Amino acid sequence: MRKGLFYGLLFTSPAILGFLIFTLGPMIASLALSLTDYNVFKAHASFVGFDNYARLFSGEDDLFYKSLGITFYFVLLRVPAVIIISFVVALLLNMNVKGRAVFRTIIYLPSIVPAVASAMIWMWLLNPDLGLINSALRWLHLPTSNWLYSENSVIPSVVLTTLWGIGGTVIIFLAGLSGIPKQYYEAIEVDGGGWYSKLRHITLPMVTPTIFFNTIMAIIGSFQVFNEAYILTQGGPNNRSLFYVFYLWRTAFRDTEMGYASALAWVLFLIILFFTFIVFRTSKSWVYYEGGERA
Amino acid sequence: MRQSKLALTWGYIALFAISALFIIPFVWLVRSSLMDLSQIFTMPPQWIPKPFHWDNFHRALTVLPFGTFFANTFIIVVGVLVGTVATSSIAAFGFSRIRWKGRDAVFGILMSSMMLPAAVTLIPSFLGWKTIGFYDTYYPLVVPSFFGGGIFNIFLLRQFYLTIPKDFDEAAFVDGATYFQIYARIIMPLSRSVLIVVSLFSFLGTWNDFMGPLIYLKSDRLFTLALGLQMFQGTYNAQWDLLMAASAAVVLPCVVVFLVGQRYFLEGITLTGLKG
Repeated sequence: MRKGLFYGLLFTSPAILGFLIFTLGPMIASLALSLTDYNVFKAHASFVGFDNYARLFSGEDDLFYKSLGITFYFVLLRVPAVIIISFVVALLLNMNVKGRAVFRTIIYLPSIVPAVASAMIWMWLLNPDLGLINSALRWLHLPTSNWLYSENSVIPSVVLTTLWGIGGTVIIFLAGLSGIPKQYYEAIEVDGGGWYSKLRHITLPMVTPTIFFNTIMAIIGSFQVFNEAYILTQGGPNNRSLFYVFYLWRTAFRDTEMGYASALAWVLFLIILFFTFIVFRTSKSWVYYEGGERA
Repeated sequence: MRQSKLALTWGYIALFAISALFIIPFVWLVRSSLMDLSQIFTMPPQWIPKPFHWDNFHRALTVLPFGTFFANTFIIVVGVLVGTVATSSIAAFGFSRIRWKGRDAVFGILMSSMMLPAAVTLIPSFLGWKTIGFYDTYYPLVVPSFFGGGIFNIFLLRQFYLTIPKDFDEAAFVDGATYFQIYARIIMPLSRSVLIVVSLFSFLGTWNDFMGPLIYLKSDRLFTLALGLQMFQGTYNAQWDLLMAASAAVVLPCVVVFLVGQRYFLEGITLTGLKG
């Protein structure tokens, strides 16, 4: 197989070019832009050094810290919720139940619903006066909530709406669970262990690579939440759901401050990188790889 | 694995409860889309529309040009599908069936871009497309798919290509076949099912995309269904009957595509979870 390098580069050239044009190039450009005061209405951008970053961190822009805090709160609520609920649902689906395929379809189906449509459905379900959820709560004589319309409940409400779409995470957990050899459980049964020892000593250690993968994906996705902010709340009420990427979008495309928004983008990139790195680093102590090999 | 009767019973109860929670929003969507406002506002809420207002769909889909939105979405989806299937399979071939120096390093670099937040490339990409005069056209939404179709799809296809025995290519080589012939006559026909997975994911990704059209499209006549639905909500925000009918009409094609291709979807997601 001669000329491997030539043909290899030829076949992969669309992807390599795509990476250079649509990823690496824009990445460098956005770093450069973040050092300018580029505004669409100005004729040209002027170099301002680290002024944009100084403005971000000095506290002059209080919406930056606000949106950062809101987004952290969202990530902190959503990531554990997604992981724990998906794992429990996957455990249930992994039981020897009849009609597994039907349950699986029902649980996966919401994750293919377009974000806009899903937002419409949830706005209607969570409508404080006429929505199904408050009606059900009133019927049960439980306290109701203003959900998306109240400052304190808006973030948990957005988390709730995104939990409808955990189907993909559940399926990945299910794949991880089905890869656990049956003999391991049989060994525990021989020793007289119950479901708790099975979960604690076999299932949990064996699915740690899947937990690891899903956690990274959930962190990356949660930091970048945009559609929900745009469609459900427009950042309201009173900026209490001013998610970071929504604030970035507003700065770039409504206030047309492209330079400053690029600095916002780079800060987000570094934050995500930092958290991904932390999870990777800690993974050595909690992710189990078969054969003793650790990543 | 043995399971006690009791555990299984609780398992069923929990699964029924969870399934109900996941399915109720769909039921609520459909029942609201078939009611008039006076029925919707009845307290306590009714589950069955009486009578069924099928005309909601007609009204919802004609107050805004949803036919145009549908056609626009369709054009973009077809463009993205063609670009993705053609170029991701070619690239995946180069990353798995051809041996060359630096291959895995290059692939690793491309894979790392999956972790990159879209926000970082958003602004320069927008400015770039605007500068060359393609703001408010479909080019920014379609053209990138012709450059590899997304690293995720290349990854999926590569995972699959790596499972095909090397002997196939070598035998063809002995017979004087070129890489192109091996790609077109051996690998492509074998990868029908995984190409379906890639197509399904791209279909849904494009159909559901909101941020892309929001940023690149300005004229109403170019809007996609997702943008159209959002615009509808801005105009008719208290008309829950029409809003739900329009939403149901946007959801329906996705549900149909999913139910038809379900088997492939589940395979595809499972492939994702494999260690690369």
